Amino acid sequence: MSGARRSSVAGDALAQIGACGLFLLQILAAVPGSLRHFRETVRQVWFVGAMSLVIIMTCGLFVGMVLGLQLYYVLSIFGGTAALGTVVSLSLYRELGPVVTALLFAGRAGTSMTAEIGLMRATDQLSAMEMMAVDPLAYVVAPRFLAGLVALPLLTCVFNALGIFGAHLVGVSWLGLDNGMFWSNMTASVDVWKDVINGVWKSVAFGGVVALIAVFQGYTAPPTSEGVAYATTRTVVSSSIVVLALDFVMTAFLM
Amino acid sequence: MPELLATPPAAAIDHHVEVRGLATVLGGKTIFDGVDIDIPRGQVTAIMGPSGCGKTTLLRHLTGQRRPDAGSIRVDGHEVPRLSRQALFELREKIGYLFQNSALLTDFSVFENVAFPLRQHLRLPEALVRNIVLTKLQAVGLRGAAALMPDELSGGMARRVALARAIIRDPALILYDEPFVGLDPVALNQIVKLIRTLKNTLGLTSILVAHEFSAVSRVADHVYLLAGGKIVAHGTPAELARGDSPWTRQFFGGEADGPVPFHYPARDYAADLGFPVAGRP
Amino acid sequence: MTQQRRSYQIGTGLFIVLGFAALGYLATQTTSVANFSQGPSYTLEASFTNIGQLKLRAPVKLAGVRIGSVESISLDPSHLDAVVRLAIDQRYDEIPDDSSASIFTSGLLGDQYVGIQPGGSPDMFKDGDQFVLTQSSMQLEDLIGKFLVSGSPPKPADAAPPAAEEKH
Repeated sequence: MSGARRSSVAGDALAQIGACGLFLLQILAAVPGSLRHFRETVRQVWFVGAMSLVIIMTCGLFVGMVLGLQLYYVLSIFGGTAALGTVVSLSLYRELGPVVTALLFAGRAGTSMTAEIGLMRATDQLSAMEMMAVDPLAYVVAPRFLAGLVALPLLTCVFNALGIFGAHLVGVSWLGLDNGMFWSNMTASVDVWKDVINGVWKSVAFGGVVALIAVFQGYTAPPTSEGVAYATTRTVVSSSIVVLALDFVMTAFLM
Repeated sequence: MPELLATPPAAAIDHHVEVRGLATVLGGKTIFDGVDIDIPRGQVTAIMGPSGCGKTTLLRHLTGQRRPDAGSIRVDGHEVPRLSRQALFELREKIGYLFQNSALLTDFSVFENVAFPLRQHLRLPEALVRNIVLTKLQAVGLRGAAALMPDELSGGMARRVALARAIIRDPALILYDEPFVGLDPVALNQIVKLIRTLKNTLGLTSILVAHEFSAVSRVADHVYLLAGGKIVAHGTPAELARGDSPWTRQFFGGEADGPVPFHYPARDYAADLGFPVAGRP
Repeated sequence: MTQQRRSYQIGTGLFIVLGFAALGYLATQTTSVANFSQGPSYTLEASFTNIGQLKLRAPVKLAGVRIGSVESISLDPSHLDAVVRLAIDQRYDEIPDDSSASIFTSGLLGDQYVGIQPGGSPDMFKDGDQFVLTQSSMQLEDLIGKFLVSGSPPKPADAAPPAAEEKH
């Protein structure tokens, strides 16, 4: 009995993954058509990117400040506070920046994408587009997917910059670390390609995954208010899990 | 049982839409079981029937949003179920569709909603777009509301905006999905007037799905009565109003019980209440 | 309407510019790219018998201050020496021509760099000059090897690991 139920849960999960993958193919097929609606893509970059800036910047600043405090304490045990800039920047570029930004992005922009598309489905707006001979995949879904792909790496860079600033604020301005030491140690050990650009690649992948899950959940949500609410929750849960798992896989490949 | 179905479609009449032998099963329930419908060009044809009899599904079949299990649907000579997506989109550009809940795009103002089909398919100078949109809004009496957002409109106004959007590209065929539902008498009269004006001035072929006979009888040239997956009656509103089949009597005469049962199918009433039933312990 | 569209387009543009500015800042100001001297420089040459782990673009330091970087490393086929070309910032043009160049390691296990010990000559280095005095990289393996070998004279032929075991 429970075995049968478990296998059906596994089957459901597999079916979801399969449907999501097929949906990705559909979106990719609709991308050339969506170039006609380029203005819509720009509008979505505005909604999911620019409108998320405040939360991303605030969180970046605080994450940087916390890292500065914690690592200063730990490093001072070994007399290595000079390495504060290095450790903060490396942990931000390689892991915290892409991952935390992706999680925030799923909560801020992913949910609104899901709810918006789900409500458009529930209020027949998608059918109306079909009837006006406008492909909703090209007009509604693909622009949001592309916007996620573009916006998340940019947000990650802003997050990282604010994080460094926060750590500098705590380490140098408050705890009295030497400014030159902070920067020279950082510049000596951070590599553009291995650290900064690899982090950007990660966030491109996360942006694609979060946006895909968000539009998929919205597009396939049952056209009722509970259906949309449930789909919104699922967007956050699944994209968080997938981002963390994908982070492990990508770290293993990029290291 | 169908009283007027026997009259064969006259070959001389130009039919904009022809449905033959339509059959659809949805979720194990038979929606259509051999439905034949002819929609004459330039006239208003109403499809009536009790709720849940598949009227909206019929419109979805006509526009290719859902493929039927069997049967042929010809719109303007095109066999809709066999059209490719591309050809379907080309056909839809010549069809207006008024959704039951208006389906206005919530992100855009009234003006942009009405302009949407123009902007998507044609590259027109902004001044021309403005003129066309304002003309259509004037036709539905809402030119003054161009700058409003959809959530600022009443139900009747939203439906009129949706109507302006449906006719923005001067379609030859327009489908109305329950245009009278949920309207106050004033708004209902406005919609009735608009449907009649559009037919008279533009010669639009109109298909009207509704169940308010009083409103339908004021605009429709023909009425099909759909029940139990079949066409049970067909004729002009006047013919149906004095028709004497049980279907028309129940549907247009306002009787609560008839071929459409008042009671949802259930087990024996007495047994349900726990009384002993004769023949069983 | 058009006004509204314009405003979000400008906003989107600003967002994209800000994002790329942040990327540019991270990539150039917080990484080793910041260490690549872009300003005008002149070149000095130094020959070493062994450069160890010295890499291209490794820093060149004088009194601990970075004054340039390693521009190229090549092998002199006639002497079988490593020839290291150093690009020195133009503003540090008063280095006595009897200064010596050594290869140091930052910390015990850190990266290697070229250190310059100033001499006392009144003449200064010019572009293309060569260091006369150089000291090669101190090889940590050699040091350990020498120490272990001298610590266990009875078995000089044996390699380091068994020797280490004997000490236990």
